[in-house]
Amino acid sequence: MSLNAFLVVGALLFSLGAAGVLIRRNLIVLLMCIELMLNGANLTLAAFGAYLDDMRGAALVVFALTVAAAEVAVGLAILVALSRVYPVVNVDELDQLRG
Amino acid sequence: MVEQQVAFWYLSVVAVGLGGGVLILRNPVHAALALVGVIFHVAGLFVVLGNGFLAAVQVIVYAGGIVVLFLFTLMMLDLRALPTERTLHRQLWLALPLGVVLAIEAVFISAGAPAVNSDLRGAFNAAAVADFGGSTQALARVLFNEYLLPFEVASVLLLAAAIGAIVLARRLDEAPPRPARGARRAGSSTGLGDSTGPDAPADAPAKAPVS
Amino acid sequence: MRDVLPWLIPAFPLAAFALNGTFGRRLRRFAGAISTLGIVLSFACAVVLALDAGDARAPTLYQWVASNDFIVTIGFRVDPLAAVMLLTVTGISAVISLFAQGYMGHDAAQPRFFTWIPLFVFSMVMLVASDNLLELFIFWEMVGVCSYLLIGYWHERRSANFAATKAFIVNRVGDFGFASGVILAFLEFGSLRYSDIFAQLGGPQTDARMVTAIALLLFVGAMGKSAQFPLHVWLPDAMEGPTPVSALIHAATMVTAGVYLVARMGPLYSAAPEALIVVAAVGVFTAFLAATIALVQTDVKRVLAYSTVSQLGLMFLALGAGAYTVAIFHLVTHAFFKALLFLGSGSVIHALDGEQDMRRMGGLRPKLPVTYATFLIGSLALAAIFPFAGFWSKDEILAGAYLKAVADPGPALLADHGARIFWLYYAAGLVVSVLTAFYTFRMVLLTFHGQPRDVALHTHAHEAPVVMAAPLGALAVGALGAGAILGVPPENGLLHRFLEEVPGVLHLAGAGDPPTAVLAAISMAVALTGIALAYVAYQRRMDLAGRARRLLPGAQTFLEKKWYMDHLGDGLLVLLAKGAAYAAWGFDAKVVDGLVNLAGTLTRQLSGQLRRAQTGRLQNYALLVVVGLVLTVGGLMVFR
Repeated sequence: MSLNAFLVVGALLFSLGAAGVLIRRNLIVLLMCIELMLNGANLTLAAFGAYLDDMRGAALVVFALTVAAAEVAVGLAILVALSRVYPVVNVDELDQLRG
Repeated sequence: MVEQQVAFWYLSVVAVGLGGGVLILRNPVHAALALVGVIFHVAGLFVVLGNGFLAAVQVIVYAGGIVVLFLFTLMMLDLRALPTERTLHRQLWLALPLGVVLAIEAVFISAGAPAVNSDLRGAFNAAAVADFGGSTQALARVLFNEYLLPFEVASVLLLAAAIGAIVLARRLDEAPPRPARGARRAGSSTGLGDSTGPDAPADAPAKAPVS
Repeated sequence: MRDVLPWLIPAFPLAAFALNGTFGRRLRRFAGAISTLGIVLSFACAVVLALDAGDARAPTLYQWVASNDFIVTIGFRVDPLAAVMLLTVTGISAVISLFAQGYMGHDAAQPRFFTWIPLFVFSMVMLVASDNLLELFIFWEMVGVCSYLLIGYWHERRSANFAATKAFIVNRVGDFGFASGVILAFLEFGSLRYSDIFAQLGGPQTDARMVTAIALLLFVGAMGKSAQFPLHVWLPDAMEGPTPVSALIHAATMVTAGVYLVARMGPLYSAAPEALIVVAAVGVFTAFLAATIALVQTDVKRVLAYSTVSQLGLMFLALGAGAYTVAIFHLVTHAFFKALLFLGSGSVIHALDGEQDMRRMGGLRPKLPVTYATFLIGSLALAAIFPFAGFWSKDEILAGAYLKAVADPGPALLADHGARIFWLYYAAGLVVSVLTAFYTFRMVLLTFHGQPRDVALHTHAHEAPVVMAAPLGALAVGALGAGAILGVPPENGLLHRFLEEVPGVLHLAGAGDPPTAVLAAISMAVALTGIALAYVAYQRRMDLAGRARRLLPGAQTFLEKKWYMDHLGDGLLVLLAKGAAYAAWGFDAKVVDGLVNLAGTLTRQLSGQLRRAQTGRLQNYALLVVVGLVLTVGGLMVFR
């Protein structure tokens, strides 16, 4: 298996995630799409690490995973707080920072 | 090796397919399940890459932690309250083509990446890893030497995230009751009220001269 | 002694100015005496100087500017012409200062008056005695300043302030021409001293057109100072000043500065015959214009003001005809009788407690005998009746015009150069004589003869005190005899011979045909006609004026409106200036401010549009991020 193949997969996963962030209105699913992007990135990292015989790729994956976990926790906490204010958590309605 | 190729192809196609599912599925629970699928298959790809530890960690943290969080939250919120999305909304028209373009670009780059330069190779080829006693040990060697500081910081990060999540999500009317004002001032001999100083009540607002 | 003398002449009035200026408050009534004393001393020195002025002395005071080629000195040129002017200026000024002591006796601020008077005399003396154009210009301006100060002496009166400003501004217009002429003169001759300039005239280096241009520009300055059309408008308004001021500055001395200028620059003008024609044209036209307006004036001082303008015009006619000496002659005689007339009118006004309108006078002869007698002498002189002073000088002016027209084969300088037009000038001069005699005796008759039209005023009228009557007498003597003393025989009198050596000062050589006596007779006849007409109109048949008015309805209005000059000036200059001002304001408010406001508005509009990108929505921002990403990566892909 060539490196490129893994890279392509990673790229596809990332793109799908990015598109999803732009498209989905439901905030929870939006967060899921972000996770999807992260997965794609992790895969790319791991692939490079494996093919370059460099463990640092895997190390970075570990860190990325850690950050992903933290981010999900906080994100969902925000979402929970929001859901107490808005009965329906629609991304389009969260525009109080508009200028 | 043929098994590798077969495994790779299967895992890749399904992962991407399920990824598309996350994108498309209306019901968030279904989307979450699709995500779980993606995670597992990516873990499989990690195995194909030769790093079992990563695969394990991926499953434990992602599938076992993050997705579970998602499902908890989904269950907590009233499902009827979740919006039925308007499928064709304005940004879709721009975002979809954009996503396609992005995908094309990314694939193009990825596919066109040159062969790995031998100069860049690190020290951990298969033999070395085996010497260490497996991918876990090899990873540990790097993690606790080169990346020790980031490792510690990551733990602090997790702590912060945990506290943050609690603070953000708490109900405001559940805040501990503040002691009544009069009770605090009972010990003061002067008739002065909101004085600033070491004995001032902690919840007294600092008096700033306001015009 | 000889070298000190020229300095003493301006020094005495300057000292009087300094004294009165510093201690005036304490000196009060004494200030007048100081002023008169200073001027009298100056006059005495001038007399001594004149007796001695055989050789033109030119002592230099100091070098003011010495920058490369441009050297300006403050110095004197005391030649016969200057001597004559000095005598006239200091003499008449002394007499008037004495008169003013009486006239201004009741005025609380008279020290201020007697500060400016000697200052004026000083400036005039320096002007006349200067030896280069720049120095002359400096004192030209100084006399203008003094004129402004003195016209606006009663500064509580708005009309006085306006008149003073008007005088100064109109003068300024003339000064613009003057200054241009000075600049050109320096460019052409490299120096501003008269001697240097005269030396270069007619040489191979000089450009004839430049000479003519300089001559014309300097004449523009003279027009301003000597109130020739169209810069004459300030003189009648200058009557707002006290009568002694009108007498001194606006009759006898300052206004003659223009005539002096042309005479002084005689060689220059002789080298520019075209300019002389212009000078004569302006002069004779002004003479006619002013004389016609004088016919309908009701204020006695205004009649005299327009008369001054008219007589000055005649002086310029003489200059234009090349008879410089004659012009100076008339300048001197005119100084006498015009000052006399002004002071006489001042006496009348003083007697009537400030009344100047002739329509409220009448029958003052028995009440003011001395005033009347002197006034009559002055009037006869003005009307140019033999043997009074004016006759001699005015007659020579007309003779000069006539001779020029006939192209008397005299010195080459008088040779025919479009001289035919002088026939017209001569004829016009005769008409002016008639008009002069007419309005003069109209004035006399209205003021002193007939029935008093305002009985109350008439009853209170009292003759002038000695301090005022004495000057009147002195001037009357001059008005009587000056012409005869100075001008007989015609063309060869005392004055003419005195001025012979002055460069460029010309007088006509000998009498051609017809003989001078005939011309003189014609002048007399014309003048007598004018007097007769006045007598008829204002003593016998008082209805003539009314009939004339009905016959030529527009004429009276035309003259009363001063040939609509004010309207012209208003329309042309004021409207122009206002228009320009409004245009500039409009430009500033609309264009300049508009641009500035536009910058602000544009910014606001732009930002208003740009802020639409700030939707506050997460997905919109994410979209922009992705767009950026796609573009950047795409760019890198394409260009790497």
